[in-house]
This record gives sequence, structure tokens and C-alpha cells, in this order.
Amino acid sequence: MPLLLTVALTHLAGRRRQTLVSVLGVALGVGFFIAMSALMQGFQQFFISSVIDVSPHITLSDEHREPTRQPALVAYPLGAVSVEGVKPRDERRGVKRGLAIAAEIARLPGVQVAPSLQGQLFLRYGSAERNATMIGIDPAAEARLTRLERDMVAGSLHALETRSDGIALGVALAKRLGASLGDRLTAVAPSGVMRSVTVSAIYRTGITAFDDGTVYMPLKQAQILQDRHNVVNRIRVRLSEPTEAPAVAARLEARYGYKAESWQEANQGIFNVFVIQNAIMYSTVGAITIVAAFGIFNIISTVVFEKTRDIGILKSLGFAEADITRIFLMEGLAVGVIGALAGWLVGYALVAGLSSLRFSFGGGGGAMSSDRLRLAWSLYHYLAGGAFSVVSAMVAAWLPARRAARLNPVDIIRGVS
Amino acid sequence: MTVPVPTPVLEARGLSRVLPGPVPVTLVNGVDVAVAPGEFVAITGPSGSGKSSLLYLLGLLDRPTSGTVLLEGRDTAPLDGDELARLRLEKLGFVFQFHFLLPEFTVLDNVLVPMRKRAALPRAAMTEHALDLLDRLGLADQARKRPDQLSGGQRQRAAIARALANAPRVLLADEPTGNLDTRNAQTVFDIFRSLAADTGTAVVTVTHDEHLAAQTDRRLHLVDGRCV
Ligand SMILES: Nc1ncnc2c1ncn2[C@@H]1O[C@H](COP(=O)(O)OP(=O)(O)O)[C@@H](O)[C@H]1O
Ligand SMILES: [Mg+2]
Repeated sequence: MPLLLTVALTHLAGRRRQTLVSVLGVALGVGFFIAMSALMQGFQQFFISSVIDVSPHITLSDEHREPTRQPALVAYPLGAVSVEGVKPRDERRGVKRGLAIAAEIARLPGVQVAPSLQGQLFLRYGSAERNATMIGIDPAAEARLTRLERDMVAGSLHALETRSDGIALGVALAKRLGASLGDRLTAVAPSGVMRSVTVSAIYRTGITAFDDGTVYMPLKQAQILQDRHNVVNRIRVRLSEPTEAPAVAARLEARYGYKAESWQEANQGIFNVFVIQNAIMYSTVGAITIVAAFGIFNIISTVVFEKTRDIGILKSLGFAEADITRIFLMEGLAVGVIGALAGWLVGYALVAGLSSLRFSFGGGGGAMSSDRLRLAWSLYHYLAGGAFSVVSAMVAAWLPARRAARLNPVDIIRGVS
Repeated sequence: MTVPVPTPVLEARGLSRVLPGPVPVTLVNGVDVAVAPGEFVAITGPSGSGKSSLLYLLGLLDRPTSGTVLLEGRDTAPLDGDELARLRLEKLGFVFQFHFLLPEFTVLDNVLVPMRKRAALPRAAMTEHALDLLDRLGLADQARKRPDQLSGGQRQRAAIARALANAPRVLLADEPTGNLDTRNAQTVFDIFRSLAADTGTAVVTVTHDEHLAAQTDRRLHLVDGRCV
């Protein structure tokens, strides 16, 4: 074994208990880092894959990001034109040529398209009344595009297709209305049209907002209710490669002029929450690591104090400052490395323990529900945790090591003789 | 016939050391001295006269305020800390009143420390050389013991063995017999004597003991940091 390392390990061996405590501190820091990373990343990945699974990757809607440019401004782009007092025209809303556009998009490779008409609806069943978002769909296209078919707990999308007055309710909405499969409800649209509809499917996504506030019906039916014949106002797109959604959305938007929102953009708020979540996690783990680093700083400072005599004689024997620095850095490194290795075991055990937990939430089911913690196993967590602990151990050892290296042997030898 | 004057192995020229401060303290004041290879020199003087301070300067542990130390004719003034450390490792050996052995290391391992630091020999040769040194100092059967298992005289001999590990040109000793009884003190001086005579190592030792000082080749008497 190299001489400097021998001296370093001798010092640690002389303070076995304190060394053990320091190693334990590092191990806990690394272990928690691994467990928390697995937990957070696992949850976030699960959430994202659920979002990708459930929602369209791109939604092209009858909205524009910018207000329509006034003709005067278009005609004189460089002129000092100011248009005031503009009254919005009472346009017929919807994606113009929507069905044609949908057919066009569907011809792109690896793409599934479902046009729909979204609007408000008022449902009445007996004395119960509820507001809901109505989505008029092509049931066959919907089955290919979303999980809706899989989320059915009663009836089916097919049943919606076969009868012209069918409606699919979320499980929570059905419960509030007190309606079940086959019941006839009264539907009133803001256009004033009123129709009678039959519950032909009930679904559960696990997302309350959906299950309580969204109903599906055949596109034709929705168009009649809204009095907007042949109109669609949403074109939902699924890609075989979900990560390409922002790029494809940008192309669609440029081409058709309507707002095309990727799933990443639609969920930006959640992703911001993830960032905050990660920040909280890393500061917690950071705090543990700082405590561990203080432990290392403490033990090495103690050793420097205790071994002042040895430092003096080593310098008089011809050890350079760098040699002394190295001895104490090695002590920090040893605690950091052993702590990291132990931390890997702790982290592995924690992740294994957490992933074996099972929960039962009453109700359950749907895309977002899970009876277990989703944990991401990643070698990267181990490497990052290990590297972080070793680096912080070195930083903690640095100050006492420098102090030791700068000790004046003459002062030490005078102090003893 | 002219007697050839050998180049001094260690030489001080106008060596002074002043501790800075509101009231500067002069530890060493303009000392000139030259030590020839194989010479055995005693530094004597009353307590507080600057003997230790002079020894630290000669041993390149401390830097002079003015003047310079030459080792084997080479001026050490322009050298940096690492270069001085290298010279201490390869050319100088120290013995102090306290043994300064590393308490967790065996006597053998203590002697091996300077050799391993220098790394000029294969490990087996180092061990052989160290055991040989210990044998010459009468510590052959103490090699595997730790310092706290040794008597005071044995510890000091172990410290001498370590100081000689890299075959220094100069051995510097600061009251090496200060903690020893007369018999052990005499043993140490006998070792120094034969070391100088047999290996040509110069020995410079500080001592209080008139009887021991009388056994050296030359005495350097200090008063208030000056040679008199
Ligand atoms: N760091 C210091 N601060 C103040 N005085 C010191 C310091 N070091 C040494 N001295 C003084 O310098 C003088 C010389 O010290 P030293 O070389 O140890 O003498 P000696 O070894 O001959 O007893 C003494 O009076 C000592 O008290
Ligand atoms: Mg002294």
C-alpha cells in the first residue's frame, strides 16, 4: 500500500467510532438520494407515460395564438397605421374544412387522427341536473386514438356507434345523476336544441375532472345538438413517436393557421411542478449531505489536531506540503468512498423495500391509478450519488488538509521539546 | 606539503533569524560556521541562547532572515519549500529530545517511512537496510514492537535509526540525550562518534552536557544567538 495511504488509514483506524459515524452519514445521504431519485423519477415517468397514453399528443383547435390581423395593418405593414375600436365579428366558430384537414393529417406516416366537436351540455335525469363538456366523436377513430375503450366499465364505444342517440358518461357523473346503462336523459345545448339521449356506455379514467364532467356522443349527434352541421372544432392527433409532438405541432400550426398544442405544452404546468418537486428533493438530500460533510470535516479536523506532532515530524523528514495535503484528502476520500458504497446498499435496499409496498385505494382503476409506488431503477442515480458524496467528502477534507499542510514544523517541534 | 581543505558539507554564512513583531526577537545573530564531512560538532550555550533556532536553520526547517545555508556547497536560499523538503529527505537527518516516532507504526515501519517516501530502493531492499540499521543500533529484536513498548533509550536509538534511514550527509540532533540517563546518553554519543568516523556523516548536536560535549571534534558556543 502506498505510504501516504497507509498513514491516512492509520489515522482513521485510530478513530474508529467517529469514522463509522461519518461513513454512516455519507451512506444515509447517498441511500436517500438513490431512493428519492427512484421515487421521483419513477412517479414522473409514470405520470408522463399516463399522459401520453390517455391524452392526444397534439390537439389542433379552432383557436389562434394571435388575434386576427386587421386588414389595414396587413395592407400597410410599414405604415403608421393604428386601428382602434375593432368589434370582433360574430364568426361561425370551428375549424374550417376541419374534416378535410383531419383526412389530410391522417395521411402523414405514423399518425392517428380523430376529429371532434367540443361544446357544453346540460343534462337532466329526473330531478338531477348537471353541466358537462360534450365531446362529439367518431367512436371508431376514438378507440384507436385514446384509452377510452379500455376505460369502459359498462357498455362500449361500439354501443355508442350503433345507436344514434347514445351517450357515454363518466362514472362519477352517472352516479351524481343517478343514471345507469340504458337510462334516457334529456340533453340541452346552449344553442337551445333539446334531445333525448340514452346512456350506452359508462367509463372510468381515474381522473375525476373527466369522470365527473365529460360526456361522449357520436359526432353527428353533437353537431345536431349544437346546431353546427359538419363542423368540428378539435382535431386530436396521436403520434407513434410522442417526443416529436412539439415539432409536428409547430408544422401543423404553420400549415393550417390554427393553434396546435402538443401534450408537452398542454402539461407545462405539471412539468413546472416536477421541477419544483425535484428542487425540494435535491435540497433535502443536499441537507443530509451537508451534515455528512460536516461529519467528515469534523473527524479530519480532529485528526489534524491530534496528529500535529506526526505532521511536524513528517515534514522534518522531508514530506512536502502536497504530501501532507494528500494524506488528509485521502482520509476524506476513504470516508466518502466507503460511505458511497454503503450508501449504494442502503439505496438499493430502500428502493427494493419501497417497490414491494402495495396500497389499496378504494375505487381504483383507470389510467392514473396504481396500487404501488412507481420506482425508476437507474444506474445514473448510483453514479450521481456516489460522485456527489465523494466530491463533497473531498471538499470537506480540503480545509483541514490545507491547514495541516501549512503547519510549521518548527513551531510543533519547539512545542514538544 | 599542504593539507587539502575538504569542501564543507554544511556551511552557514552570516546566518541571522529575527522573529518579526512589535518587539523583534533575535534568535540567531550572524553565525558563520562550516562543518566538514565526518566532523562531529557540538553546539553548546546557556538555555535560550538560540541553539535550537540555529539547528532548525542549518536543517532547512526554518528560513533565515539574512545570511544563507550551503549544503554540499549549494546555496539553499533560492530554493522553494518542496526543494528544501527534498533536501531534508535525501541529505539530512534529525533527532530531537523527544523521539517523535509514529505511535501506530512498528519500529521497523518508522524506519521505513523516510525510505518509502524517497522510494529509491525496492521494498525488500528497504526492509533489509532498515533491519541492518536497527541491528547496528542494538534494536534487532525490537523491530516489530511499537514505540510504546520500548524503553526511553531504545526509542531514541530507533529515532536515530530513522534519521539515518536515507544515509544523510549531515545528522542534526537537538539535545538528543536530554531525556536519557547517563548510560543511554553515552551510548547515543558513541553511536554519533562512530557514525562520523566510519561513514563520513557529519554530526551536529546540541547538548547541555559538558562531559559529552568534550567528546566531540569541535564545540560551537552560543550566547545570545552569537558564536563566541
Ligand atoms: N516563537 C517564539 N516567540 C518568542 N520567543 C521565542 C520564540 N521561539 C524562541 N524564542 C526565544 O528565542 C530564544 C532562543 O530560543 P532557542 O533557540 O530555543 O534557545 P535554546 O535552544 O538555546 O534554548 C529563547 O529565548 C526563546 O525563548
Ligand atoms: Mg533548545
